Amino acid sequence: MAAMRREATVRRLLEQSPPPVPPDLHADAVRRGARILRRRTLARRVLWLLLLATTVAFTVWALTSRPWVEPPSETTPPLTGW
Amino acid sequence: MRPRHASENALRAREFEAYVAGAGGRLLHTATLLTAEPRDANPRARRLLALSLAHTYACWDRLHGEDPYDHTRQHLATRFARGAWHQHGGLLRSRPRPGGPLAGLSPQERLVLVLRLREGIAEEQTAALLGLPAERVRAVFNRAMATVLRPPGPPAPAVGGARAVPS
Repeated sequence: MAAMRREATVRRLLEQSPPPVPPDLHADAVRRGARILRRRTLARRVLWLLLLATTVAFTVWALTSRPWVEPPSETTPPLTGW
Repeated sequence: MRPRHASENALRAREFEAYVAGAGGRLLHTATLLTAEPRDANPRARRLLALSLAHTYACWDRLHGEDPYDHTRQHLATRFARGAWHQHGGLLRSRPRPGGPLAGLSPQERLVLVLRLREGIAEEQTAALLGLPAERVRAVFNRAMATVLRPPGPPAPAVGGARAVPS
């Protein structure tokens, strides 16, 4: 009971004299928010571009060096003249 | 595609403007209580609120029916909790003169008191929001209540002494 009364007292203390709201609060928030969105879009684009570049580079490397083909033997001497 | 996109943007802008007009005052009051700045000189609270509102604006399309007020408040609280230790005064910046009814409290005490009493968040949810154990939240809350309700007069040195003991 006493705790509730104490809480009510502090609550009243917290509610009094709200500060005046600055008129540019909305414009400021929109400006900063739009900047966050722009940055996110840019970061997403850069990541997609990086992924694309990696895929292209890997494909080109695989097609040119063909790592799945068995490399020609270099230890056995050529079989000639028998 | 382009006109529909534009009308969606306009709708979102109107919704956000209405939200800021409706909740801005209350949120600014909360932020000012957190930073313990005087009601007519609260640059830190304004900056905190502008950043939190900007974050809500950026996430507006992904809220999916979630309360934007909750979103902003949560961001406000966590951002304040993360930046609170800067307030102990760095080498370059002097500590600003505290004001408001919670001037005698530490940043964490103010945060818990404001979330619990002013915003009416339950103890467990406050603990989850701040990443603290519930017992710790209760202890901080009780200490903050005791400090606030102490009659004015000698509290200022007493607060300093009480804070010096545990550290």
